[in-house]
Amino acid sequence: MVGEGGNEMTQHFTRDKPIYSQLVDIICGDILKGNLQPGDKMLSVREYSLEVGVNVNTVQRVYKELEMMGLTDTKRGQGTFITTEEGRIQHLREDMKVELVTQFIQSIAAFGFSKEEIIQILQRKEESK
Amino acid sequence: MIQLQHVSYNYQRQEVLKDISLSFPIGQIIGIAGENGSGKSTLLKIIAGIQRPRKGTISLYDESLSRRHAADIAYLPDMDLFYSFYTTKELFTFYASQFSDFSIHKALEVANFLEVDVDVKLKKLSKGNRGRAKMAATLGRNTAYYVMDEPFSGLDPIVRESLIKGLIRYTNMEEQSIILSTHELHEVEPILDQLIVLKQGKVIAQDDLETIRFETNQDAVSWMKYVTKEKVN
Repeated sequence: MVGEGGNEMTQHFTRDKPIYSQLVDIICGDILKGNLQPGDKMLSVREYSLEVGVNVNTVQRVYKELEMMGLTDTKRGQGTFITTEEGRIQHLREDMKVELVTQFIQSIAAFGFSKEEIIQILQRKEESK
Repeated sequence: MIQLQHVSYNYQRQEVLKDISLSFPIGQIIGIAGENGSGKSTLLKIIAGIQRPRKGTISLYDESLSRRHAADIAYLPDMDLFYSFYTTKELFTFYASQFSDFSIHKALEVANFLEVDVDVKLKKLSKGNRGRAKMAATLGRNTAYYVMDEPFSGLDPIVRESLIKGLIRYTNMEEQSIILSTHELHEVEPILDQLIVLKQGKVIAQDDLETIRFETNQDAVSWMKYVTKEKVN
């Protein structure tokens, strides 16, 4: 079920991003980490909105977005399920990876570091593991 | 849809509301914020049909609004001592006698969800529990609009959180709307669709919460501080 990781009643949100997109990120993370498995039934919009303490309209937007991303399927009268098409989840993994690295590279550039010195640090970290 | 057009209100010589035009569609939770004395309570009373504007019009589904339309609007007053001689259950019975849209069954369900002891007199309850009882009585009504004046004020964070959950659980955003005033913007923000900021009786800002975050990278609290400072007349 969605949001299994959070024991806390209400989610806390950062101020710089719409709440719906923060919730989309959280659910995407749960799918990638396997907390949400293909075919799992998601909470209803109202249940999820109660769980995270967020407006029903916002959650509706989250579910619409996930469906547009191909990560969920809504079966009439039965609810919303995590897609069983592994290809779509694989796709999300790849997208997420590239997005994270792109953000990382942008922040490195913003502070004036060269890629080379960063790669060196990454290698050193990996070796010292 | 509730629509206010050029609404003004004076209290003796003092202008409390100045030329306010707003509309409140069905299916939203709308927050009204502003400093003390900015006109929030008066605006809510006018929306609820309890006070009449000196100038301007207010309409509900295109009908001109008067006191009898209170039937379509459930109003939660900003009053701690509220029928204090009743128990919560007696309060519900009283509400049932006053409002044909009131469901004792639903009110008891909300009270149970909020964990209120319905057999204790309101004056014997803690402030938090009175706030809960009042919320249960309001949500027991089945109306298109719930108008709530400071439903969270003076209550501790746990009570506020349970009231917020009660609002999500016991309203139907396909057919209903909630208009509420609040000072606890940080906690209430996640359930709001839009925010209206009043200052000295005027609407100085109004926007969709997700738009505010998306366009200004600010949450409601910092956005409100910003617009309140910017627009000084």
